[in-house]
Amino acid sequence: MSNETQSPHRRWLLLTPALTILTIAAAGPLLIVLVFSFLTPGDYGGVIWKFSADAWFNVFAERDFFDETVSFSDAHLSIFWRSVRLSLLTTIVAFLVGFPTAYFIATRRENRRNMWMLLIMVPFWTNLLIRTFAVMEIIRNEGVLNSVLIGLGLIDEPIQLLFTDFAVTLGMFYVYLPLMVLPIYASMERMDFSLVEAAYDLYASRWRVLRKVILPIVKPGVVAGSILVFIPSLGAYVTPRVLGGGKNLMMGNLIELQFGQGRNWPLGAALSITLLAVVMVALVFYVRSAGSEETPHG
Amino acid sequence: MAKSRAFDVRRQSGFVFIALSCFVLLYLPIILLVVYSFNAGTSIAVWEGFSWQWYVSAWQNEKVQDATILSLIIATCASLVATTAAVMAALATTRTTKFRGSGLVFAMINQPLMIPEIVTAVALLIFFAMIKVATGYTGLWYLIIAHSAFCIPFAYMPIRARLQGMDLNLEQAAADLYGRPWRVFRRVTLPQLWPGVLAGAMLAFVISLDDVVITEFVKSAGQDTLPTYMLGQLRRVITPEINAISTVLLAISVALVVAFYILSQSKKQ
Repeated sequence: MSNETQSPHRRWLLLTPALTILTIAAAGPLLIVLVFSFLTPGDYGGVIWKFSADAWFNVFAERDFFDETVSFSDAHLSIFWRSVRLSLLTTIVAFLVGFPTAYFIATRRENRRNMWMLLIMVPFWTNLLIRTFAVMEIIRNEGVLNSVLIGLGLIDEPIQLLFTDFAVTLGMFYVYLPLMVLPIYASMERMDFSLVEAAYDLYASRWRVLRKVILPIVKPGVVAGSILVFIPSLGAYVTPRVLGGGKNLMMGNLIELQFGQGRNWPLGAALSITLLAVVMVALVFYVRSAGSEETPHG
Repeated sequence: MAKSRAFDVRRQSGFVFIALSCFVLLYLPIILLVVYSFNAGTSIAVWEGFSWQWYVSAWQNEKVQDATILSLIIATCASLVATTAAVMAALATTRTTKFRGSGLVFAMINQPLMIPEIVTAVALLIFFAMIKVATGYTGLWYLIIAHSAFCIPFAYMPIRARLQGMDLNLEQAAADLYGRPWRVFRRVTLPQLWPGVLAGAMLAFVISLDDVVITEFVKSAGQDTLPTYMLGQLRRVITPEINAISTVLLAISVALVVAFYILSQSKKQ
């Protein structure tokens, strides 16, 4: 069995188990979601097999109950907007903290770098729910943060942090931060510091070196990190549910609602496809910018 | 000497401070969570002395016992299935030139990493609901198949990396000596591949053990895993019992991830 000239027959045979599982439990069901988004909701959840475009209409618009006028669906649009806004905010904060951290690790002695990276990655591989719960314990009204602040006499009443947009953003930042550090570090580690030295020799300031030399070199890592943080934030479900409470919904929670109390499966399906489409746009943007980076410049 | 002391090209003002704060920030919540699991009182914010009582009460809680057993069964089955499928897929896709459909294959394998979990969860809820109605089967296999699917890319990555770094000569020699393909695989390829397989299986196990979203949507009544049990409990009054369960889960994940790290380092020597 020579591996370089693997027969197509053998190759596809070897791929069969993985592709079968992924088709049954990942890719295939997505097509069913697409079909369901064009059906009529059943009274107690589920669907009636009758074509209807209502779900798609309801994603963006609503019909007034009394005079049948059509207007944008404020409830849904505000949730979309919150999802995008909080995800962007999470990405920016993660960049502001993650970039210096990656830089710090990349400038350590070579045999120590892996140890620092392990410290970044270990929390990432632990349970997301547990990490979200850990944040919740700290910012609760009876939590450590408020207790300390009251103990110091800085505040009299606990500050309501839990169940706010701030809590959701903090939580997402906390759980997805490693995804920002990892790719930035990967592109920074290979960076040639003699370029930085050359810039200093030409009397560049530290800030200018950072902006004009280091950032352009590690840009692919920054783009990758931003996408890796933005995408899971946009589809986040656990973090907004635990830290956002019932009011501060994001798209993931809105989708869940249609399968729970809402009992409107087609609408939930249409919302899922919408979320998927936004994620795909972000991914295509990423692939294209990563592709254009590979062409040599200068 | 004075010169090198005066100007370090690698320094950026404030970066060390931000980086060290980042590490503190990353670990402080987890450390506090672990500390309060040993609290003697019922609060998760006021320290009332050391005690093992929450570990004992979690241990004796029948729901926690059932959830633990279920979590372990699912994670074991899913990581076995995912790793087997990933080894085969890695053998098919590495050490070969680009073949027809390779782009599609990679997209399929990596798809669970790209698609938001909530979308997959909803898709599986719909699909499995149809099968449940048609067949009446409500057992564990739905969860095992669902977990296997999203574990495949995680198992695939380290196995593929290991295969790519492997020397082909030994296998070639074995084949030249008329070794049958299966024998060559078992006696030559697999022993070299083993660290990658183990690493992939451990990663898959951790990923399965930690899953909340897909499990929450796919599970039938009474099929709580530890994470979905905890998610349910967070709506009620929280006692350090949750911290105790979390600490145990954290310990398992950290142990497996560190072992994974050591295994993947070993290949570089």
